Amino acid sequence: MALQDQAEFDAVIAADDKIEPTDWMPDGYRKTLIRQIGQHAHSEIIGMQPEGNWISRAPTLHRKAILIAKVQDEGGHGLYLYSAAETLGVTRDQLVAALHAGSHKYSSIFNYPTLNWADIGTIGWLVDGAAITNQVMLSRSSYGPYSRAMVRICKEESFHQRQGYELLIRLCEGSSEQKAMSQDSIDRWWWPALMMFGPHDSDSTHSAESTAWKIKRVSNDDLRQQFVDATVPQADYLGLHIPDPDLVWNEERGHYDFGPIDWEEFWQVVKGNGPLNRERLDHKRAAWDDGAWVREAAVAHAEKQAAREFESRRTA
Amino acid sequence: MTYSVPDVPGESPAKSDLGEASNVWPMWEIFVRQTRGLAHVHVGSLHAADAETALQNARDVYTRRQEGVSLWAVPSVEIVASDPDETDSLFEVNTKPYRDATAYNIPDEVGHM
Repeated sequence: MALQDQAEFDAVIAADDKIEPTDWMPDGYRKTLIRQIGQHAHSEIIGMQPEGNWISRAPTLHRKAILIAKVQDEGGHGLYLYSAAETLGVTRDQLVAALHAGSHKYSSIFNYPTLNWADIGTIGWLVDGAAITNQVMLSRSSYGPYSRAMVRICKEESFHQRQGYELLIRLCEGSSEQKAMSQDSIDRWWWPALMMFGPHDSDSTHSAESTAWKIKRVSNDDLRQQFVDATVPQADYLGLHIPDPDLVWNEERGHYDFGPIDWEEFWQVVKGNGPLNRERLDHKRAAWDDGAWVREAAVAHAEKQAAREFESRRTA
Repeated sequence: MTYSVPDVPGESPAKSDLGEASNVWPMWEIFVRQTRGLAHVHVGSLHAADAETALQNARDVYTRRQEGVSLWAVPSVEIVASDPDETDSLFEVNTKPYRDATAYNIPDEVGHM
């Protein structure tokens, strides 16, 4: 039985049950999900660019094959997520248009450049690691199609994180230049990775509602702490230094303490002033425009085939 | 990758009106048979111009890792769904326990039945 009103919706949320597309839901819930799932999908699609940058320059055929598989996965994740968003009454084309127009954003992490090969390892380890922390939480989200998409995505993200970390193990076992390259990479990616969890809970505009609706199940700061606690020992194993002088184990809390995040940088990148905001969106729009003839040709072909079939049935 | 991007303070939030609805390609529902002997199971949907490209896209989107041995693509508009408001008349509520095997007590000494 589909939910009919607010009371029934509230009861399902309270019972930790799932909301499905045909159910009644508050307008705000629908709008929040369209925005969040849309931005999540855009992040996957834009996220293909920083790594795609290194496919032609991967050092071995093995690493190239891994990287192609990973970038293909990101495209797939974007498509699962667009499908989930479409169950809320928007079309794929509307969502893509919102990205191209800049009215929908994507994760700021992809506005940073991939400057060396170690970045491919660091993105898998830190960026996908942060994403997994978030996405495991989202797989318990109250909206059924979103939560189902997350289950599938988390399985594949695990490959992404492990291949990245293993890439860094190999580099850190290598020459001093390779180790220095890895250190340079973590120096640049550590703080942007922590920023991926969003503003502090006290400054987070959407958190309260999203938490009440159980779209979001764990706060930004708690997820960030979880990520830091998991990641520090992994950096130690690699012999890499985390670029935070305030990072220290706090016995009493049972967590790592870490230094202040540069929120000025964070907001600058969200506002569009990051290193590559313009390039990422220009590239995406150009790819869409360049592919227009393919989309049109596919429709023309389908129409011609359908007309032929109709004709042959008529004359049979 | 994920992340819900916060609104910039002072900036008006993203428009909720996403413009006119349009889709260049129709939507298809994709089903995968995991192994011979099992039924095809729904895995998700995608857009494609025709049946042939629907299967090709399904291969790219849903079967990158040994997910199965057979694919179905069905135009989404061809799916007939029951009216959620008629759930009660389509699905039996638990008023007929005599339809269940567990409604019958068989003495232990009879053995497994």
